[in-house]
Amino acid sequence: MKVPGKMLPKIIGFIVRKPVTVLYPKERLTPPETLRGKMKFHLDRCISCGLCARDCPSGACTMHEIDGKKRPVFDLDYCTFCAQCAESCPKDAIEMTSEFELAHYKKGEAIVK
Amino acid sequence: MVCGKGVEGIDILLTLLYLFIFPGFLFLFAFSLFTEYLDRKIYARMQRRVGPPFLQPFADLVKLAAKEDVVPEKAEHFMFTAAPIIGLAAIFAAYLYLPIVSSTGLHSFNGDLVVVLYLLTIPTLAMFLGGWYSGNVFGQKGGMRVASLLFSYEIPFFLALLTPALIEGSWKMADIVHFEISHPLEFIVSLLGFVIALIALQGKLERLPFDIPEAETEIVAGPLVEYSGRRLALFRLARDAEMVVGAGLLAVIFLAGPEPIVQLEPVYLSWIVGALVFLVKTLFVIFLLILMKSAVARIRTDQMISFAYKWLIPLALVQIFIAIMVRFLGGI
Amino acid sequence: MGRVKLPIGPQHPALKEPENFTITLDGERVVDVDIRIGYTHRGIEKLMESRTYTQNLYLVERICGICSYAHVENFTQNVEEILGIQIPKRAEYIRTLFLELERLHSHFLWLGVAGHEIGFDTLFMYTWQDREVVQDLLEMISGNRVNYAMNAIGGVRRDVCVEHQKKVLQGMDYLEKRAGYYKEVAINEKTILARAENVGILKTKDALKYTAVGPTARASGITVDIRKDDPYASYLDTPFDVITTNTNDVLGRVVVRVLEIFESIKIIRYLMAHLPAGEIVTKAPRKVPEGESISHTEAPRGEDFHYLRSNGTEKPERYKVRTPTLANLPALAEMLKGTYLADVPIIVAAIDPCMGCMDRVLVLKGNEKPGELVDGERLRRYSIKWYAERGWKA
Repeated sequence: MKVPGKMLPKIIGFIVRKPVTVLYPKERLTPPETLRGKMKFHLDRCISCGLCARDCPSGACTMHEIDGKKRPVFDLDYCTFCAQCAESCPKDAIEMTSEFELAHYKKGEAIVK
Repeated sequence: MVCGKGVEGIDILLTLLYLFIFPGFLFLFAFSLFTEYLDRKIYARMQRRVGPPFLQPFADLVKLAAKEDVVPEKAEHFMFTAAPIIGLAAIFAAYLYLPIVSSTGLHSFNGDLVVVLYLLTIPTLAMFLGGWYSGNVFGQKGGMRVASLLFSYEIPFFLALLTPALIEGSWKMADIVHFEISHPLEFIVSLLGFVIALIALQGKLERLPFDIPEAETEIVAGPLVEYSGRRLALFRLARDAEMVVGAGLLAVIFLAGPEPIVQLEPVYLSWIVGALVFLVKTLFVIFLLILMKSAVARIRTDQMISFAYKWLIPLALVQIFIAIMVRFLGGI
Repeated sequence: MGRVKLPIGPQHPALKEPENFTITLDGERVVDVDIRIGYTHRGIEKLMESRTYTQNLYLVERICGICSYAHVENFTQNVEEILGIQIPKRAEYIRTLFLELERLHSHFLWLGVAGHEIGFDTLFMYTWQDREVVQDLLEMISGNRVNYAMNAIGGVRRDVCVEHQKKVLQGMDYLEKRAGYYKEVAINEKTILARAENVGILKTKDALKYTAVGPTARASGITVDIRKDDPYASYLDTPFDVITTNTNDVLGRVVVRVLEIFESIKIIRYLMAHLPAGEIVTKAPRKVPEGESISHTEAPRGEDFHYLRSNGTEKPERYKVRTPTLANLPALAEMLKGTYLADVPIIVAAIDPCMGCMDRVLVLKGNEKPGELVDGERLRRYSIKWYAERGWKA
């Protein structure tokens, strides 16, 4: 006859061990560098081709005329962090960092210029 | 009654102290919150999680009491309110008869074991009535499940708790406690009864694997589905207190309750020692209940009834047979 | 108590996503089931018609969170077939790696959810902790834990370096040990057997009649697996077995999924050992010539089927998605008849429902007779008229 409770030995072993929970924000896990987080824009490399805005799936990247140069502005409220803009740019002017703690209170607060 | 000698005034004062503060209602209140904390913390640690902080059950109770109390339109107002109050009152009354600090409770007489068992059935009935009068089809289904569970675990529970009384020869809990201290081998004889009573207690408290009435993933909290605010706080307190009283009853009957190891002259000091012994034994029983909860899945109503009638009741009858044989042959 | 009509859903703790099962109960037995869907319809197929193919890559993967990569794989296979380009071998292997990693994380997730439905929270916590290993691997290679955005039209976007390969193999060793523990404990645990054995019976001929797919069909003895029947990506090269049992019940589905975990680990180990060198992407033109194409893959839940029609511009003309849960729903209705009420959540959970993928809505108002067939052109004119009345431009 099979007795229920086959998991008991392992369960009792776990009672005295440290839990696996990471108590955020006191302890933090470091994300890998390949994480797609906030983007960084290098204005000097931009050639105003507009390919990034054309390929953005959500409309986060839009071209604006600022100080006489047409250049992209990224709104993080719409961004899906897919990195297509970084891939489409022919001059590598956009790069993705691994910064992911981007919570903010009001719409329009998180804009990357 | 309590100490039998001394000045009349101090006697009344000690009785009131016993009744309300220690080991009365306040102690039961604090102890049941503490056991809920232990239950959730150890359960979480078994799953490698952190678990709630110490004051969490108290905070839950305060939060519930502060919330809006909604009575649905289709519910019967009087029964809906009366059900949790009746359940809680029955538990508190049963608690007073348990020997906690000395081998007698507040009032000890022949047959008080039966009274405690009877009073422990009332919270289950109160939950059934509360679910039935909720005016919600989920509540009625949950209430019916509570009633069908009642038929399955009450009988083994009573039969298993009968065993030490049989061996000892009386229905008085004080006598059972004295008997167990003087004959420690009696525990081996009633070990099977202890296991059966443990399983049946888990069913009575409606915890995993027998928490069919309150199965969260099936009928959305069963009989408690329409309760909120203060009434829900009372039901939750009744559930925690039932765990304390049930485990305490098991500790008293099978593990010889609170024997004051050393008879200290000021009565309240021996009370404290007795209470500590009682606490340790009750916590041991509760730890076994928590282990049972974490290792198994939930079983269905029909499976539970067939389990009770195919395994628990025959084993309880075997245990009674053993007890009668021991008493007859040993002549103890 | 007579016959009671109990609504399970759309909001119910047993369901992870909203759908409505109105069950007719006689005591504790289910007599009849009426399923209504449409609560999370988002109109993705229509949205895809107004975005370019590159933008659609990221929209398609958001059809579902758990089986997202299977949808992207289908989409890119469709576009590449119309374009007529052949992707490099290394890209095929990396795509297969992600398909199998996704199957791993989906099956571990399902084990936990099934444990939670029958009240076994300890199993739930343990399997989800093991799933974190897979999620960390996915995050390390692709940059995100769900919706990996790994595919480009013509290959993959990121490469797997030697360091990553080592970590993947370490992860596989750990997961194999854990899966072995679950195979020994979870399948032989008496209370789980009591809840899962002989529950939710779906006989083989019923499974064929009601078009069940995926592990639901494989637990009824039908050997159907798109990876073997119609190989795509690099499944022709990798050796693996198709797991079937013939117990026809929920326990069979549990066993099939647990054993599939082992097969996935085997495939991933083979891929990591035989990864060919080379490019990871071939350049694809933006404008796709006219054509039609279909593609199907084995998602963790079953056969996922996509259809694409292009018209020479850089936006698709029509895209249709048919997910495995939609194929399993008629079989689910058949399974639920005659069971206990207490078994309804575990049976629903056993087909691994993903309502977010599946949802579609068809409500016709007007002077159509009930039961009339409406063709695509009439629906299209109706929808344009509906939007125009509300002042929206197409």
